[in-house]
Amino acid sequence: MKRITAPLDAETIDDLEVGDEVLISGVIYTMRDAAHAKVVEIIKKNGKLPFDLQNQVIYYCGPTPTKEGNVIGSCGPTTSSRMDVFTPLLLEHGLKGMIGKGERSVAVKDAIEKYGAVYFSAMGGLGAEYARDVKKSDVIAFPELGPEAIYKMEIEDFYAVVINDAKGNDFFVINQYN
Amino acid sequence: MAREIKADQITDSVKKLCIEANIYLEEPLKAAFHKFAGLEESGAGREVFHILEENAAIAEREKMPVCQDTGITIVFVKIGQDAHVIGGGIEDAINEGVRQGYKEGYLRKSVLSDPIERKNTNDNTPAVIYYEIVPGDALLIEVAPKGGGSENMSAIKMLKPSQGIEGVKEFVVDTVLKAGPNPCPPIIVGVGIGGTFEKAALLSKKAVLRPFGKSNPDEKKAALENELLVLINKTGIGPAGFGGRITAMQVNVETYPCHIASLPVAVNIQCHASRHKSVML
Repeated sequence: MKRITAPLDAETIDDLEVGDEVLISGVIYTMRDAAHAKVVEIIKKNGKLPFDLQNQVIYYCGPTPTKEGNVIGSCGPTTSSRMDVFTPLLLEHGLKGMIGKGERSVAVKDAIEKYGAVYFSAMGGLGAEYARDVKKSDVIAFPELGPEAIYKMEIEDFYAVVINDAKGNDFFVINQYN
Repeated sequence: MAREIKADQITDSVKKLCIEANIYLEEPLKAAFHKFAGLEESGAGREVFHILEENAAIAEREKMPVCQDTGITIVFVKIGQDAHVIGGGIEDAINEGVRQGYKEGYLRKSVLSDPIERKNTNDNTPAVIYYEIVPGDALLIEVAPKGGGSENMSAIKMLKPSQGIEGVKEFVVDTVLKAGPNPCPPIIVGVGIGGTFEKAALLSKKAVLRPFGKSNPDEKKAALENELLVLINKTGIGPAGFGGRITAMQVNVETYPCHIASLPVAVNIQCHASRHKSVML
């Protein structure tokens, strides 16, 4: 198990290999379908982004509403492949990590290798479990999107597995049980 | 004389079912997580089963949804032909229950008013509702919140009758393979065979909602379920897609008579957070 910190520096990314189990701490940003569409539109229009993408990690997640006294609701990962169409542009603009579930497209895998990034899979459907790893959370953009707003999250020991590393390897391809 | 059932009672029941279904998994499913943690070959897979058990326990303790995708709300209603709903329309009563349940239960609102315009209705309505008229004077309501990730990996195919049972098996396994790690394995696979295009799809949905651990009462269908389970678990996708032998925990097959020219097959995929609760009024 490797302990790493988000945002990700080059040294951390170099050290990660497919199949590595990691505990992520630090700051991440949630974005799912609707937020991706908006952010990509802003980039194309050279507008100001809600947060600087440089070295950041995006978490594909739309949490349940936060009960009073809690930090966040249930907050597991959503299917990453729906974001594939937007991802290469974000990687080109400095994004270094993504957490979701499931496979990525060839275009995304190529961009991950080209820009030296990494894709992690969290465990799908374990929303109550992941809520415990979130220490602080705030909606920082697009509140009108409800669960699809961008949340800035401070996390501690968030469990994930490296699926695509910066060397171009894919955990789902090398899976020994195939 | 028709038995009267108040619309308010329906609203209250649907509200409770929405909240409870999202927090409490059925006991046999939780027991299966425990059992499979001991049977899975892969280390990462065993770990996933342990965490599945833990996640279910945290959800119950903290009254938190097991999964953040609290679904689009599917409601199956069986109306006794001697029952009479009073004090409002049944459809409005059900949707009001969904509205109240998703608000009071802090459940995620994941429903859009239009598939093209894509604006959130902010109360998870409308539900997808199916009615069936049955003998008697009772009203049975089953609420099943269905996540988008697993639903998206479902598929239907109109096979040629000559493709037969081998064609059915091939299509089921192929659908699971294509879904890969996406639909939150370990999954439950609902297979609807026969009927028409839409009947097969509905059968596959009813198949995933069968109480966990129960086989088809017909011996041949039960054997097919077992055979499909073995074939699916040879794929190696494994829990969470991390590799392993338990990709599916159960395969449920439902069938219906069909046309001489047809062999429809629908595969509805259910993630491990299989949620459904029912009540009889």
